[in-house]
Amino acid sequence: MPVVTEVSQDGQKLTISVKGRFDFAKHQEFRESYENLSPKPESFEVDLKDATYLDSSALGMLLLLRDHAGGENAEITLTNANADVRKILAISNFEQIFDVA
Amino acid sequence: MQALFEPLTILIAEDSAADRMLLSTIVRRQGHEVLTAANGAEAVKAFRQQRPQLVLMDAMMPVMDGFEAARQIKVLAGETLVPIIFLTSLTESEALARCLEAGGDDFLAKPYNQVILGAKIKAMDRLRRLQATVLQQRDQIAKHHEYLLNEQRVAKAVFDKVAHSGCLSAPNIRYLQSPYALFNGDLLLAAFTPAGDMHVLLGDFTGHGLPAAVGAMPLAEVFYGMTAKGYGLSETLREMNAKLKRILPVDMFCCATMLCLSFQRRSVEVWNGGMPDGYLHSIASGERTPLTARHLPLGVLSPQSFVDRTEVFPMAVGDRVFLLSDGVIDTCDANEQLFGVERLQQVFAANRQPDELFEEIEQALRDFRGEARDDVSMVEVSLLEAAQLSPPAPVYSDSGQSCPLDWSVSFEFRAATLKRFNPLPYLLQLLLEVHGLRAQSGALYSVLAELYSNALEHGVLGLDSALKRDASGFTRYYQQRNTRLDALQDGFVRVHLQVTPKGEGGCLIVRVEDSGKGFDVARVMEQPVDGVRLSGRGLSLIRQLGRNASWSDDGRSARVEFFWEALA
Repeated sequence: MPVVTEVSQDGQKLTISVKGRFDFAKHQEFRESYENLSPKPESFEVDLKDATYLDSSALGMLLLLRDHAGGENAEITLTNANADVRKILAISNFEQIFDVA
Repeated sequence: MQALFEPLTILIAEDSAADRMLLSTIVRRQGHEVLTAANGAEAVKAFRQQRPQLVLMDAMMPVMDGFEAARQIKVLAGETLVPIIFLTSLTESEALARCLEAGGDDFLAKPYNQVILGAKIKAMDRLRRLQATVLQQRDQIAKHHEYLLNEQRVAKAVFDKVAHSGCLSAPNIRYLQSPYALFNGDLLLAAFTPAGDMHVLLGDFTGHGLPAAVGAMPLAEVFYGMTAKGYGLSETLREMNAKLKRILPVDMFCCATMLCLSFQRRSVEVWNGGMPDGYLHSIASGERTPLTARHLPLGVLSPQSFVDRTEVFPMAVGDRVFLLSDGVIDTCDANEQLFGVERLQQVFAANRQPDELFEEIEQALRDFRGEARDDVSMVEVSLLEAAQLSPPAPVYSDSGQSCPLDWSVSFEFRAATLKRFNPLPYLLQLLLEVHGLRAQSGALYSVLAELYSNALEHGVLGLDSALKRDASGFTRYYQQRNTRLDALQDGFVRVHLQVTPKGEGGCLIVRVEDSGKGFDVARVMEQPVDGVRLSGRGLSLIRQLGRNASWSDDGRSARVEFFWEALA
């Protein structure tokens, strides 16, 4: 499974791990990973440890997650990005709206 | 699932009359139509005339044998599958193989077994239908593809009218783009401002195909509309962002770099949201200053959170600004390695003839990848002497019958307004209602812009133009400008316009006052009127373009006149 999810025990936090190329092919899976969760988690983590590459449609998917999680008030952390992925996040300045750890 | 039984027309080619009769009876009893032939030649003739859907073919026949007849029937059938089942008493495997090589699809050994014959006809019919479906779908896909290409052609033609209404053909612009870049989401726009500055935008929408192209049209409309009216980068970007945010789905946005190249001030103002580094290439020093993305792409942030802060860099005549799309640095080789910024910089370092840079980059991409990508966009804009460019004269459609000729108006713009609002486009639009001023709209706009920015920057914000002596000071100056503007609490800029008729022509008096400390008018006026220094260019420009420029109230009040003669 290239997109794996894990909900914390108290149901407050959802961790989504994306493996391999994070691009349009993961669209459906990524969306399904956070939609229809009840109760809706308070915070989200997207673990990019095994993401080798990230393209602009992946950035679009992150924006969809942000929208779902409350837009400007969303609590989303992007973790463990490799150097290439970090570069893409830096160029697009997504660090300004996502917590990149 | 078995489709409803559909009787077939089956051709039976068999030289033995008894066998022919027997087979015909079996096949008819199974519900099919039967055609018969006594040799290969008759079989081919029957096929030609009546197009049966399936053929039972004896291998050994006089006149023309079954192998030759099968070959000919297959040729006549073309892409349609007409299954041929060989009827044979042959048993050696070599002979059976020959049946298939001649185009046969199966064979049935004599003596005939009804059940097997029926089953084989059914199986062959399934294959026949499958082939027909595949062909039909292939033709459908081809037709859709043709429609799609045609739609793209039309969309592109419409878009080109909008996108290329600007000045991409100006002598200081070189660019490279795939003809269908629009459908990769790439967008390149350029236009002159009323003051003769040049706005350039290189954008890259998320995604591919039509979705990537739909946002381009509204973006181009805002770009051209606002540039022509004299809006600066900040206002134009704010509007583009708001529009895209409003119309695009959440996951779509547009990375963009926008430039304002000022030939008179010899500077470039830059805003980069999500595009790869552009480069400002100083020809004298050979240095390339990266123009780094400081912002999120357009269409991501709400209008309230959008950041329109720009950076300004000095340029010398001949210096170039180079922008590129991520198609360049994201080109992958066979092992999914990215071309990357380092390889691009190696190409820069190896470049000897600035004019060959594009070709060298393309060559490097080809060497790296083995083939060219179709989403590579590059543009290079160089700074020319202002006189080398001739911005097109604006086109006006009104008759002039209602042109106002005797009026005056005063504005006071206070701190909260000065922070975000650019009054120049409104003032210019108002003044251009006066037909006599239209011929000098460029000079008028330049002078207004200089008077306003002097009043705001040196007056209200108290910035020292001496800072702009060198390149690093130049950058510091604009940083201070941003900081002080953000912190501004009070202060004002007043603009008074007075239009009076004079004989057949008329006169405009512009007065601009500010709440600042003023300056030593006499000392500044002693300096020669020239255009070489980075600082103080504003005053020279005002004195060259306007008439009777003068300063009073210790420099806090500036006055310039414009005259026009009778209209032809």
